[in-house]
Amino acid sequence: MKQDVTQDATGRDCAQGTKPDVVLPSLGFLGTLRWAWTQLTSMRTALFLLLLLAVAAVPGSLFPQRPANPAVVTQYIQDNPESGPVLDWFQLFDVYSSVWFSAIYLLLFISLIGCVVPRAAAHFRAVRSKPPRTPKRLSRLPVYGTLEVSAARARDAGLTPSSAAEQAAAVLRKRGYRVDVRDAGTDRPSVGAERGLAKEFGNLVFHTSLIGVLVSVAVGGLFGYNGQKVVVEGESFVNTLIGYDSFNPGSNFTDDQLDPYSIRLDSFDVRFDREQESHYGQPLDFTANITTQDGPGEDEEQQVLKVNAPLTIGGTNVYLVGNGYAPVVTVRDGEGNIASQGPVVSVPSDGLYTSLIVIKAPDAKPEQLGFVGFFLPTAFVDEQGVSFSRDPDPFNPQLNLNSYYGDLGLDDGTPENVYVLDTENLTELNSRNNDDGGIVLGVGQTYDLPEGKGSITFDGLKRYAALDIHHDPGELGALVFSTLALLGLSASLFIGRRRLWVRTGEHPDGRIMVEYALLARGEDHRLPAEGDAVAKLLADRWLVPSGTPEENSTQDAAASTAVGTGQSHHNAKDT
Amino acid sequence: MPQPVNAELGQLSELFMLLASIAYVVALIFFVLDLVKSSATIGTLEARLAGEKAAPVLAGVGGRGSGPTAESVPTRAETADDSMDYGRGPRRGTARVAVSLTVLAAVIHGAAVVTRGVAAHRVPWGNMYEFCTTGAFLVAAIFLITLTRKDLRFVGSFVVGLVVIMLCAATVGFPTPVARLIPALQSYWLIVHVSIAVASSALFTITFAMSVLQLLQTSREAKLMAGKPDRARFLRLVPSALSLENLSYRLNAVAFVGWTFTLMAGAIWAEQAWGRYWGWDTKEVWTFVIWTVYAGYLHARATRGWTGTRAAWLSIVGYLCIVFNFTIVNIYFSGLHSYSGV
Ligand code: HEM
Repeated sequence: MKQDVTQDATGRDCAQGTKPDVVLPSLGFLGTLRWAWTQLTSMRTALFLLLLLAVAAVPGSLFPQRPANPAVVTQYIQDNPESGPVLDWFQLFDVYSSVWFSAIYLLLFISLIGCVVPRAAAHFRAVRSKPPRTPKRLSRLPVYGTLEVSAARARDAGLTPSSAAEQAAAVLRKRGYRVDVRDAGTDRPSVGAERGLAKEFGNLVFHTSLIGVLVSVAVGGLFGYNGQKVVVEGESFVNTLIGYDSFNPGSNFTDDQLDPYSIRLDSFDVRFDREQESHYGQPLDFTANITTQDGPGEDEEQQVLKVNAPLTIGGTNVYLVGNGYAPVVTVRDGEGNIASQGPVVSVPSDGLYTSLIVIKAPDAKPEQLGFVGFFLPTAFVDEQGVSFSRDPDPFNPQLNLNSYYGDLGLDDGTPENVYVLDTENLTELNSRNNDDGGIVLGVGQTYDLPEGKGSITFDGLKRYAALDIHHDPGELGALVFSTLALLGLSASLFIGRRRLWVRTGEHPDGRIMVEYALLARGEDHRLPAEGDAVAKLLADRWLVPSGTPEENSTQDAAASTAVGTGQSHHNAKDT
Repeated sequence: MPQPVNAELGQLSELFMLLASIAYVVALIFFVLDLVKSSATIGTLEARLAGEKAAPVLAGVGGRGSGPTAESVPTRAETADDSMDYGRGPRRGTARVAVSLTVLAAVIHGAAVVTRGVAAHRVPWGNMYEFCTTGAFLVAAIFLITLTRKDLRFVGSFVVGLVVIMLCAATVGFPTPVARLIPALQSYWLIVHVSIAVASSALFTITFAMSVLQLLQTSREAKLMAGKPDRARFLRLVPSALSLENLSYRLNAVAFVGWTFTLMAGAIWAEQAWGRYWGWDTKEVWTFVIWTVYAGYLHARATRGWTGTRAAWLSIVGYLCIVFNFTIVNIYFSGLHSYSGV
């Protein structure tokens, strides 16, 4: 029904100008291409790809992902020798850079472009063209009503069908409609009006901005970089490649992108909850007091770095992402020389800062020395004789270590993980399980290793801050485009696109009759209300008594029950 | 320096929460009673109509063509008004009591949420308990606000039931005394990001209920069309599947914009806290999945052959993803967001 006025109902299927049911191609290569393109840019395909993208994103939350947690992935594959490699082959540890995930979103975005371009062109044409022609029978539209101006009033105001149409057009224009008066001067002039083109514009902005977001992400991946650095109190970080503990350059990164600024950690303050029984020891505040320098020889500046409050310096953002303890340890070798000395970063494994620690002394002679164990800020011993930490603050700091000697395996040049001691080629000296027992050290204490291999001293305690340093040139673009997307989306969803027609005529007895009708494009539950509002404006214009004629109100009531919501009128009209 | 928490006020808040739960349960009972009673009323009405078959008497019963008129009973499946406006059906005293009780419960509930916030000197959405209780309050509030404009009492038992479940989950599943926020949560983005997320989820909760009813109604309508007996008689209180679909679409559209904003605000916060705005952390993955599913829902509504039942399923799947994200992901999946205080 209503094909004459609802031509654009087909416009909802995205690929413009294509017949809904595509005939199978019998037309060689080009035809096949065109057919494939039509398929790809159809609304159904877009929907399918969207849902597929949702499903494809899920495995990334089920399996550990390399970019976030490479060590966990390695461990997972080791623990699952059967399934691990298979999962790896399917790129389930790199879901978001996998071939299949990329394929889905690239197809989706190609489809998107194929969809947006013709729609934009159509919209451009629509904006420049006149409002659609007036349907023959307005009474068939979902919202319809009439007004009449009595013969006497029409005569007083000098109102004719044509001037009534002109005036209706003026009223509508003021209400934000684009208007066009047709058949002026005939006995049945009419006004075509349209409003809410911003809806379609919003839709286009939304979809285009999604492309913008994707491009911004890509720019960040190409030209950005990020790195991590652990800084112990009193130490400095300099923004050069060797300054980082780990560094992830974007594909187009070059060294000269780095600004050689420096950050010194003067002190690190931690505050834990001491008031509340239930949350005793929960952290309340982390503050890194730092001194920055924009480059060698520049002025020093004292600053504060906190969680959720990054520092901007030298084109990068610096984030406080972690903290912990760095016991200061001196290791002497079998010959009595200092083999290693200084703070050793320990890795907290729980909220009480029970921390893993690995100490390596590759310079020890005659044999290299290694230690692995725990650092406990507030050490206690339970009934089984196992030490544990009872508080995150250092009330009773203690090192619990096993010791080893032999070849630490650092000399063959393979990259080492400072937080792991590979004990495979080492000989155990101290351990809870052997006769010499484990090493237990309080601050200031020294332990002499068995067999005269050397000694270890726990000199003191420092805190450290874990910093993340990021440079992402795509960030601003992502923010701008996603904001645009949000605005476009709101416009697209909440603006109603409406067409409205008014037709006027004169009864033989001199009454001026005015009919009006509205049609929404897409769904629009406010259409009847808009009809009422426009009717009221017109009535006010022509001084029709506010109790509108009987005929008008019944018509309108019928329309409003029928058009409770955009779609229902089809059915309701048919009953 | 932030002030210490006020533990007594915190306990008062928990007491309020308990009282509110009790009031909701009573309201729920009344909503169910209303369904049973209205169903019976309509039943006798229909029986009488069937006996009399006299059209003129009917005019006064249902009002403008929406009530159970003689011709509409067999063909049209619904008796509730499709435009979901008030004042067209018979008076439902029980439903009124149910709504009043819900209002009472919501007021106490609101007091509980506010005292919790005052006790902690911050917004009351810093852990699972607080997400749940504040979220449940929003569900109730949004439902009541919608009630002032549309007669949605037919989903009352459903919505209030969900509120009760959320409160139970909070108090039994994640009881947490008031406390200050850990540094990772000390950001005004917590206020923006989480409040919009909770509000959108509350809206999605209501549309979820409507989509379930829509599916039930669709199958009932099909059965009636085929001349089969009416098995789910209570659904006569529910508007037609089409009106349910249209209204839930409107609510879903609002909620989707909210969710889009949640996602963006989350990204901005992530940028401030961790230095990257998007890193496919578990929680981010699921927020994205939910967003994509609802984007699919909106597309489905514009795709031939995908409106109606299929769209309703997408809306349901989207909501299940939200529940999954909130429960399973928060509790069992590790990730940067694992500080919800479970
Ligand atoms: C990145 C993938 C996409 C996302 C996230 C997305 C999202 C959305 C959303 C949220 C809406 C509802 C808002 C509105 O009505 O404007 C929408 C509408 C729409 N989308 Fe997409 N879209 C995507 C891709 C596509 C593609 C590939 C096409 C073309 C085939 C397409 C065509 C449309 C159309 C025609 C509408 C308007 C529907 C209506 O008239 O109600 N979209 N899209």
